[in-house]
Amino acid sequence: LRVKALESLLVEKGLVDPAAIDLLIDAYETKIGPRNGARVVAHAWVDPDFKAWLLRDATAAIASLGYTGREGEHLKVVENTPQVQNLVVCTLCSCYPWPVLGLPPVWYKSAPYRARAVADPRGVLKEFGLELGNDVEIRVWDSTSEMRYLVLPERPARTEGWSEAQLAALVTRNAMIGVERAKSPREVVQPS
Amino acid sequence: MNGAHDLGGMHGFGRINAEPEGEEPVFHADWEKHVFGLVRAVGALGKWNSDVSRHARERQHPLDYLQHSYYLRFPSTPCNLAPSK
Repeated sequence: LRVKALESLLVEKGLVDPAAIDLLIDAYETKIGPRNGARVVAHAWVDPDFKAWLLRDATAAIASLGYTGREGEHLKVVENTPQVQNLVVCTLCSCYPWPVLGLPPVWYKSAPYRARAVADPRGVLKEFGLELGNDVEIRVWDSTSEMRYLVLPERPARTEGWSEAQLAALVTRNAMIGVERAKSPREVVQPS
Repeated sequence: MNGAHDLGGMHGFGRINAEPEGEEPVFHADWEKHVFGLVRAVGALGKWNSDVSRHARERQHPLDYLQHSYYLRFPSTPCNLAPSK
């Protein structure tokens, strides 16, 4: 494949260090992923001051938990309520908040999702198994390379007194994109 | 500029067919990892910024853009720009 040839050429010219490439791959495979975002959400669920800060200035609030970096320079958090479901897409590309969600799934980058999320969001949510009543408003956020969005899902019922680690286990990547809700306590095996 | 990348609202692409979240790997093939790592490492050289790189991706032939998966579009930046830098 062309990528091999390009890699050898750049390494040979001393422009790129193969160890740096491995380090980048490893970081996105093991460290930078949706567990980061889940910790942000769980923290907002238990700490009202943090939640207020997160909704006011997501970039700073998220950085305070140590999540910064490329493709996350400007972040906005949008909050779901019983009357509002937020949905994030990038119709022009596949802009996505990497520091909190990692690299986007294939479907997020796909033509059908990018085309339909803005034209038929209700149908898209239905395909993901989320059927909303007509009284629920859907807000679609179209990301750009500058501004990236994270959905703050509603805290599931019957989780009073849960620790942040327990709560984080309920927060899926898809819930933070807005195509589903956070899991209910029944759906997960609790970490001990 | 408009073009094939401007997909919002376009009809006819069919179902999304998302892979279940728990079963989807970060990369689907070894070459995808290398495309990703290489493009990011080259980006760190500072020869172009994200606007330049988006422009390179959007300049691809519309048929290529729509047929190629993300990681086949990704190296368009170094491939299109390297000769000029």
